Amino acid sequence: MLGKLSLSAIPLDVPILVGTFLGVAVIGLAVLGAVTYYGKWGYLWRDWLTTVDHKRLAVMYIILAIVMLFRGFADAIMMRTQLALAYKGNPGYLPPHHYDQIFSAHGTIMIFFMAMAFMTGLMNLVVPLQIGARDVAFPFLNSLSFYMTLVGALLINISLFIGEFAQCGWLVYPPLSEMQFSPGVGVDYYIWAVQISGVGTLLTGVNFFTTIVKMRAPGMGWMQMPVFTWTAFCTTVLIMVSFPVLTVTLALLSLDRYLGMHFFTNDAGGNVMLYLSMIWTWGHPEVYILVIPAFGVFSEVTATFSQKPLFGYKTMVYATCSIMVLSFVVWVHHFFTMGAGANVNTFFGIMTMIIAVPTGVKIFNWLFTMYKGRVEFTAPMHWTLGFMITFSIGGMTGVMMAMPAADWILHNSLFLIAHFHNVIIGGVYFGYIAGMGFWFPKAFGFKLNEAWGKRAFWCWFVGFYLAFIPLYVLGLEGMTRRMNHYDNPDWYPWMLVAEVGAIVIACGIVCQLTQLYVSIRDRNLPENLDLTGDPWNGRTLEWSISSPPPAYNFAVIPDIHGLDTFHTEKQLGLKAHGKPLAPIHMPKNTSAGVFIGLFSFILGFASIWYIWWLAAIGLIGIVATMILRSADRDVDYYVPVSEIEHNEEVYSRRIAAAQAAE
Amino acid sequence: MKKLWRYLPALPALMLSGCTVDLLQPRGPVAEMNRDVMVAEFVIMMLVVVPTCAATLYFAWKYRASNKEAEYLPTWDHSTAIEYVIWGVPAILIALLGAISWWSTHAYDPYRPLQTADNVKPLNVQVVSLDWKWLFIYPDLGIATINQLDVPTNTPLNFQITSDTVMTSFFIPRLGSMIYSMPGEQTQLHLLASESGDYLGEASQFSGRGFSDMKFRTLAMDPAQFNDWVEKVKSGSENLDDTTYPKYAAPQEAAPVQYFAHVQPDLFDGIVAKYNNGMMVDKKTGKVMHMQSASNTAPSDTGMKE
Repeated sequence: MLGKLSLSAIPLDVPILVGTFLGVAVIGLAVLGAVTYYGKWGYLWRDWLTTVDHKRLAVMYIILAIVMLFRGFADAIMMRTQLALAYKGNPGYLPPHHYDQIFSAHGTIMIFFMAMAFMTGLMNLVVPLQIGARDVAFPFLNSLSFYMTLVGALLINISLFIGEFAQCGWLVYPPLSEMQFSPGVGVDYYIWAVQISGVGTLLTGVNFFTTIVKMRAPGMGWMQMPVFTWTAFCTTVLIMVSFPVLTVTLALLSLDRYLGMHFFTNDAGGNVMLYLSMIWTWGHPEVYILVIPAFGVFSEVTATFSQKPLFGYKTMVYATCSIMVLSFVVWVHHFFTMGAGANVNTFFGIMTMIIAVPTGVKIFNWLFTMYKGRVEFTAPMHWTLGFMITFSIGGMTGVMMAMPAADWILHNSLFLIAHFHNVIIGGVYFGYIAGMGFWFPKAFGFKLNEAWGKRAFWCWFVGFYLAFIPLYVLGLEGMTRRMNHYDNPDWYPWMLVAEVGAIVIACGIVCQLTQLYVSIRDRNLPENLDLTGDPWNGRTLEWSISSPPPAYNFAVIPDIHGLDTFHTEKQLGLKAHGKPLAPIHMPKNTSAGVFIGLFSFILGFASIWYIWWLAAIGLIGIVATMILRSADRDVDYYVPVSEIEHNEEVYSRRIAAAQAAE
Repeated sequence: MKKLWRYLPALPALMLSGCTVDLLQPRGPVAEMNRDVMVAEFVIMMLVVVPTCAATLYFAWKYRASNKEAEYLPTWDHSTAIEYVIWGVPAILIALLGAISWWSTHAYDPYRPLQTADNVKPLNVQVVSLDWKWLFIYPDLGIATINQLDVPTNTPLNFQITSDTVMTSFFIPRLGSMIYSMPGEQTQLHLLASESGDYLGEASQFSGRGFSDMKFRTLAMDPAQFNDWVEKVKSGSENLDDTTYPKYAAPQEAAPVQYFAHVQPDLFDGIVAKYNNGMMVDKKTGKVMHMQSASNTAPSDTGMKE
């Protein structure tokens, strides 16, 4: 009846997990209680959970990303603490069974549910606004994508309290992840969480690709697109090409596990290297899916806060596109030690190095954007400068490992771990946080607190170096990744330094939370309010409308005459528009996404535990909801002119108030 | 305080004194090449990274908003000359690194046998990764060990590597390059120890619960000592054949060192063949044939079970 599920699946014998469960339960109940107490269920359902508004979905994505950051970071600091203790016969406090789950979950959560969710959130918030669109091409699919991501995140976190998670790393390499070596439900949790969220990501890719291709404001040709939108565009192409590969790879692994097939098993013709090759065909473009939008953020932030246009816009576009293409011909550098021939290794090594050229060009472009500008040291600019330095170093160690002869000794070492955290924290994370600070006023109508933002930056920046420079050294000292304990006295002091670094990063996260709290508390102070919708003297279209924007974004779709039209018109003192208002066609909210999400969750959970009748219910529920949704003709409405006029008037009064205050 | 700053450059050396930085202190020609390539890359790239970081800080400071002295060009966004430089300099560097890459990858391909000046006869070692230990078979000497690899110095070492469990990676940091061990596959690695010593050997690809203790000592010693050691192993009583092998191949954490005075020939081939429906390459003819017809001494139960 319940498949593999029984009471013994609940890890009551692990105090850390029981404590975590109690903490999560208390916080969860408090949130639910507060919503009930304040009678906000209706508001939450109508205005948020069923929304198809890209701006609200963006907020929900980023909240998910921040919650997942806590989870991923908790895993990280537990690992660092284990290695600061587990030296010379001391087993530490995490036995391998638990520790192996933690490092697997850390990577999976940080990539799929922190970084991907954050990136999708930023794209949702910014892309339609930057191209002068009223929503994305497929608003319902956008809501569905979010619920697919959320369900993936839920499944992976439920594995903490029911059953176990995978113990074979964040890419679950077979044959270790095959039934023979991992008979538990851990790998199945991984497969279903990643597969379901992968559907969401693929839909996001299609959705934003279509949006950018088809819904740009009149006059906005390809070379008038803001750089962030360009980077989002390249990312959607990468998503559309690479995510199907991930889906197929994991589907083959599921066939092995569920139906006893032999794609990646040791015997009967299975081939492990096939899995490695396939997973990295997705995996390497994936890191560019994450970092390219961050490059877009840095471009917008640097130009705005240097009070100058971006240096070399065209170069930036070409560089981004060449990175996009090159990212598909480098995946073999993840296994130079497989024993491929010298020509194969050289080809992929040199291809990898070539990516450093357009990436370097980008760094120089930001450098020359600051040159002869007026650089304002806001918190987003702090993250950007921190990025330029950190990413240069991370890029350098990346090129070092692109050389097969060097990778043969650095592969799988802590040097590698230091390298990719160097580019993912220093590039991706710094970028997303800069973007969050930069566009926060657009989403909410008030700015984030600067002082706490800078404190957070300094903690992260210093903490990063304290935590990861030791890992570079440890890599040179021959320490490999994923070790649970060790007895080499040379490694021990560096592990202690890395632990200190993790604690400093924890302080950075506390500063970020404080920043959110202080900003919300002081949101109505005049210096924090964003009345004009253009708090930074911005250059692109999103700053031409009120903060937060109305549901339809633009009362009148703007005409574009060139790059940074909004900024040019602002300089010339031109009014944004003089066109007559007309009723606006908008999509209606829908609960279909919530229900498909719910049934996907049931399908995923039931399949993990082999509860086939429940899985059938989940699958039928998904199909039935899709049919009902497709048959629903009541999916849109028109915003009447009177409402648009009213909103415009409120906005004009706010601008007048802001001007009066100056 | 000022005096303290003067000692700052010595700090890294101070922190590392007494430590072994395995990858920077190679004990063989392969590891030396690995290190030299790595250090050369580091130095070449520092030529760009250091000025870039310095310029980042300098420009940000010089053109800070409060510095009204500095020139301000609010519409300047293009310079063909600068574009040439920012595409050209990285391209030249990458061309240089690419050349080093081509050369080093070919010259030190792990599959390429090493040769010494005096043409010393290479030592063959067959490596099998097990859960969670390493089995070393010396096919020409008829002996084997678990979790300890003894090798003569200045002798080319020809490793044939496979796995009888999940995939992992065979790595002796101070001797250089690593190579994966994979079930049903035979990979090759060629190393050489130029000095005697006791070096760390490890599995560098996570392979499950007992991974952290999947370490072995690599004892490099001069050939005379090595011969003494071989005699010592041969004088033991343990045998490794298809009846005792399953016992040693069973999963075990932190397995102790073990010597085998006698090893059944073709044990290694049998382990590889097991994952290939019992098929193997006959060394004499180069033909793919069934393990049992290839050799009469092959273990009988290594064919894949139906």
